[in-house]
Amino acid sequence: MSDATLQPGEGRRPAPEPGYRSYLLVYAALACLTGLTVVSASLNLGRIAIAIVLAIAGTKAVLVLLYFMHLRYERRLLVKILMPIVVATLAIFIGLTYTDILFR
Amino acid sequence: MSGLEREGDSDSRAGTRRAEGADGDRGRIGMWLFICTEILLFGGLFLLYSVYRYKNQADFRAASLDLSRFDGALNTLVLITSSLTAALAVHELRAGRTARTRLFIGATLLLALTFLTVKGFEWAAKFEHGLYPSAPHLLTLPPGQILYFGLYFTMTGLHAIHVIVGMGVFGYVLRSISKGRVGPGRPILMENATLFWHLVDVIWIFLFPLFYLIS
Repeated sequence: MSDATLQPGEGRRPAPEPGYRSYLLVYAALACLTGLTVVSASLNLGRIAIAIVLAIAGTKAVLVLLYFMHLRYERRLLVKILMPIVVATLAIFIGLTYTDILFR
Repeated sequence: MSGLEREGDSDSRAGTRRAEGADGDRGRIGMWLFICTEILLFGGLFLLYSVYRYKNQADFRAASLDLSRFDGALNTLVLITSSLTAALAVHELRAGRTARTRLFIGATLLLALTFLTVKGFEWAAKFEHGLYPSAPHLLTLPPGQILYFGLYFTMTGLHAIHVIVGMGVFGYVLRSISKGRVGPGRPILMENATLFWHLVDVIWIFLFPLFYLIS
């Protein structure tokens, strides 16, 4: 790919990136999920309520990371693997803490 | 983020573009590393929250009833909307439309201010009811509720500081656009400011259900 074919601002990023349509779709999904999480909390779901609420929050976070933060279009492997590494690190912290708390 | 200044004033377009290519990658990687440290910082606080909540389930539920679900949901929508305007600002900058970029940054700043205003009213209402760290009334509550409010003020407070910092960074970006240091050919400062703003949004996405929606 020669520099001459690049539009200003395109830099060395990969070409297909979201436009207005996909940004608005992601925004609508985020708003709907916010409504869903409020509704789910007002139902009496008992012990699985926290799992539902966290699953919705996780979905929203993934949407923001992939589309708003462009991770889906990321070209650099280093940037792509950073987030899984951080999530795995947190999972280890949380897992080890809870094995201590639950089985002490 | 200061990588832009380091490149100096190479006015030839090709030179600028090449510099931005390598420098942009470096700047973006640095920003993502910083974002990882932020996630670990808040992750530690979320772990603390989850352990205390597990051990004081009834108290956490009772204390969370003092928060307004409406205010929390409203602020969630405000922050999500500000994330959209920030993403569109980057989109317009890359497309070379700086006037629209400024407009979307302005909208983002306005929404950030709205978020802080709602947050301010919420905190003021808590203070009036004698709920602030080490308040005499708060200390008469059960230990679990004291922990809940301690975590509430620490975590939403730290988040609010991030909102204020994000606003400052966007203000700096606006000035840099005026001075020509940020533009369609060198968008990295704007891109990194927006990455930070989305991070602030992601953190709130978790704070909202955990503090406001305990059923």
